[in-house]
Amino acid sequence: MSDNKPVLELRNVDKSFGPIDVLHDISLKVNKGEVLCLLGDNGAGKSTLIKTLCGVHKPTNGDILMDGEKVTFNRPRDAADMGIATVHQFGGTFPLMSIGRSFFVGVEPTKGWGPFKIYDRKKANEVAVKAVQDFGITRIDDGDRLIGGLSGGERQSLAIARAVHFGARVLILDEPTAALGVKQAAHVLRIVNQAKKRGLAVIFITHQVMHAMAVGDHFAVLIRGSIAADFRKGERSREEITDLMAGGETMAALEAEIQT
Amino acid sequence: MDTKNITHTSAVSSDTQNTSTALGKLIRRPEAGSLLGLLAVFVFFALAAGEIFLMPAGYSSWLNIAAEIGIIALPVGLLMIAGELDISVGAIIPASSLTVAIISGHYGAPEYIGIAAGLGVGLLIGFINGVLVNRTGVPSLIITIATMFGVMGLTLGLTVWLVGSTGVAIVPSETTTYLLGQFIGGMFQITIFWWIAFVVAIFYLLHISPYGNWIYALGGDRISARNAGIPTAGLTTSLFMLSGFCSAFVGVSQVLVYQSAQVLGGQAFIFNSIMCVVIGGVLLTGGAGSVIGIVLGTITFAMVNQGIYFTDIDPNMGSIIIGALLLIAVMANDKFRQLALSYSNKKKK
Repeated sequence: MSDNKPVLELRNVDKSFGPIDVLHDISLKVNKGEVLCLLGDNGAGKSTLIKTLCGVHKPTNGDILMDGEKVTFNRPRDAADMGIATVHQFGGTFPLMSIGRSFFVGVEPTKGWGPFKIYDRKKANEVAVKAVQDFGITRIDDGDRLIGGLSGGERQSLAIARAVHFGARVLILDEPTAALGVKQAAHVLRIVNQAKKRGLAVIFITHQVMHAMAVGDHFAVLIRGSIAADFRKGERSREEITDLMAGGETMAALEAEIQT
Repeated sequence: MDTKNITHTSAVSSDTQNTSTALGKLIRRPEAGSLLGLLAVFVFFALAAGEIFLMPAGYSSWLNIAAEIGIIALPVGLLMIAGELDISVGAIIPASSLTVAIISGHYGAPEYIGIAAGLGVGLLIGFINGVLVNRTGVPSLIITIATMFGVMGLTLGLTVWLVGSTGVAIVPSETTTYLLGQFIGGMFQITIFWWIAFVVAIFYLLHISPYGNWIYALGGDRISARNAGIPTAGLTTSLFMLSGFCSAFVGVSQVLVYQSAQVLGGQAFIFNSIMCVVIGGVLLTGGAGSVIGIVLGTITFAMVNQGIYFTDIDPNMGSIIIGALLLIAVMANDKFRQLALSYSNKKKK
């Protein structure tokens, strides 16, 4: 039933905070096993869009649809329950907690009975390590290691593995490669590709065109809260996209002005 | 006897299995630094103070102090792990002492009513702290200083108004003295055993039950914790109520031990409890710490506090040692935390 319908769709969404309009008439869709890249410069409204998608903000106008049906998120938990997982720039994790503990925050595995529940450290560690290794990060083999001791790429990978493990259908990645070096970024991109192959719908937010082109199937460029361009893989060149992000023709005009 | 032996040997063999990672585990434990500190302090006083420090009288002197601070340091430590501070403990102690003394001593109501009211005062102040922290977003340091002054003012005003003086006497019954106010062997306060009970309960809460994970997550990153579905506001309020309850418990047991309650008193517990917790390796900004560490920190603090009287050192200078100890402890704990972060199990399986 849901095969031909987009997993997540925004229809004519507006969002304003009091008198300030941040998003105008945003329409987007993302399908199963597809990566939608959201490109945009700072202040283009990317963060507001993510927060609307993951239940932090409610749209002022317009609808959010999942599998073709209208949904309302009153809080982040609602979106999470529907299978929307958001991974933030720094992995949204706890540096001084162990891998196993942070993997299961809020959904701790327990053993024992009644009020005397026991946190099952062994199981938590095993499941967490296996989930990350399934994504090809074999260097993580000890669930007692602290998150703070992992590299930036490993933390992102762990956060993505966590989202997939808990049954996410839509993965929202907020600038996952922004703070990473070239090698680490490549690592994360590989994992994004794997998540896509597993049939997740991925929304990849970035301002690095190269990273977007490496994994994206579908691109949307956000400028001042509106979608300035919406195209599929191969329809635009890298230069065109960069120009678009920087303000497109405005930029070209500015350059011409400087040269004369 | 035979079955006991069998279980014992099997425990040993499973221990030896884990020795390859034992060092790594020890370094990663947040109490590694405080254990070394405690050993150093103990050896120092055993040498400087001589035999008396190693006799029951020596032990009782610091254990009695440790028990009272320890009962408060435990919930203050949990709050610190969760990223909050509680200064109001210093006002809750006299408030609950006087509640008991006024209700059961001055007005002669049954003691269980006075004790329940005293503990209730602690829970209520903790609840107010929690709600204020959640609703206003003002740092808990400021909020609990405010409630501390509020409670101090109310305690003084109400006591003078109801009783006409700033101290109230109470003669506890035999049962309550037996439970909360007796000295075992003439020198060990029963509070020591209550402290052990609190340690067991809070150890279970933080390290064994799944709620411990919530407390660490809350202190590590409040927003991520909320997004992960942890009821952060409710958890914060519960922790403040726990701290209020434990402070009130100390207030109640003090009034039964000393048979009188004073309006002033308890102020020393504010800094002392924080000091025990920090010496015990809890990160001031939250997210890391352990119950064993808090206990070790408390014992270290109490040992220095009391051990000084057994030595030739001028007791007036004791605070210098405590200050230096705090500084060294925090630096050592930072070092151990760095080690814990960079440690990984190099041995491949």
